[in-house]
Amino acid sequence: MPDSTGSNLPGLLSRYQDRILTDWIAAQSEVGVLRADLMREAELRRQSRSFLSHLIAATKNGLNFDIESEQWQDVRDMLTEVTNFRVDHGFTPTETATFILALKQPIFECLRDQYKDDPATLVNEAWSATVLLDKLGLYTNDIYLRGREDIIQRQQQEMLELSTPVVQLWDRIVALPLIGTLDSARAQIVMENLLEAVVESKAEIVIIDITGVPTVDTLVAQHLLKTAAAAKLMGAECIISGIRPQIAQTIVHLGVELPQVATKADLQSAFAHALKRTGVTFSATKPAHTR
Amino acid sequence: MRPEAGRPEAGRGENSAETIPIRTGADVSRVRRSVATAMAVIGASRIETTRMVTAASELARNTLDYGGGGEVLIAVVGRMTRRKVELVFTDHGPGISDMSKALTDGYSTGGGLGLGLSGARRLCKEFEIRSVPGEGTVVKVASWTERP
Repeated sequence: MPDSTGSNLPGLLSRYQDRILTDWIAAQSEVGVLRADLMREAELRRQSRSFLSHLIAATKNGLNFDIESEQWQDVRDMLTEVTNFRVDHGFTPTETATFILALKQPIFECLRDQYKDDPATLVNEAWSATVLLDKLGLYTNDIYLRGREDIIQRQQQEMLELSTPVVQLWDRIVALPLIGTLDSARAQIVMENLLEAVVESKAEIVIIDITGVPTVDTLVAQHLLKTAAAAKLMGAECIISGIRPQIAQTIVHLGVELPQVATKADLQSAFAHALKRTGVTFSATKPAHTR
Repeated sequence: MRPEAGRPEAGRGENSAETIPIRTGADVSRVRRSVATAMAVIGASRIETTRMVTAASELARNTLDYGGGGEVLIAVVGRMTRRKVELVFTDHGPGISDMSKALTDGYSTGGGLGLGLSGARRLCKEFEIRSVPGEGTVVKVASWTERP
């Protein structure tokens, strides 16, 4: 890394600010990161102008390559804004980083005009500009990834909450239809929701339906057993329904035993069983086939 | 540990192989999906697919929880009449010091039911395990379909 002291880059940036800005916007259109389909040119112009003035402000008191430091705060905030805008509008990471990298050419051209007769300084200054802009370009990449990760995490959280509803089927009978993979994080939420529902609805019978669980391995079985045991401690009987033939076979081969839990092939039989247990009977008030 | 004993056998036909790293719980789900896809390729029945996917789930979780992470090679091999799905789970964890104990129902050094490894063995048509304490563990399992 070159010695940052003595670089004339900051002075050059402010001297040629207008020219760099014009050339930069032109360069961005040229390399195709303007993406007129995704953002208006006025917006690009605004972002470019704002970034350049923040860059000049950050280097005013000398060039410092540590872009995590205090003096780069405004530039980092600006880059975060610029990147998040692009994440939201469907730009690729490459297009986002190119916003910064496209700044190289106009700066290099200014350097070339300024140091025509001094190749050594020209190379040094060009190197400084490259190091700096690469760092800032990579920084947008980090922000871009972070933006994506935030989205993924949010979606995971939403899925966790969405996929574990507790449904009241009848007085004192609740059902919990499980769909998807029952990993430890979800099992925890399932158990909490279920136990809360047991209290709220004074449930005596809890039906856990696993029709929508594609794989029942020993971990899933263990989570089911723990949930059933916890429900039992709270005075509710647990029925596991939706055990398909292939799941039944697999459970037997695994050697998992479910001694404390009533099991049924489908939700309908489990519900019928639950109604019987709670002493509810139905009778037809009219013959079934009259019109 | 190198999976020398566990290399999938060569064969003709539309063979394919895929290696999936096992580093997180989400990878275990990914392994399950890939195994289900491979079983569909060889035309396995629903019950056979469920058995293999469940065994893969157990073994992948062992790789993660006890082996400290590793990888699985999922290979579709074989000839026209006999097509095979082979899975090779490899980790570089502490290894298994007492194999017969580890394969006993109800024995677990973690908090599990102690049925994963022995259960996976019962679920698969082929099961091979090799472990060197301090070096790691390789488990190879297979299932196949036969056509006249």
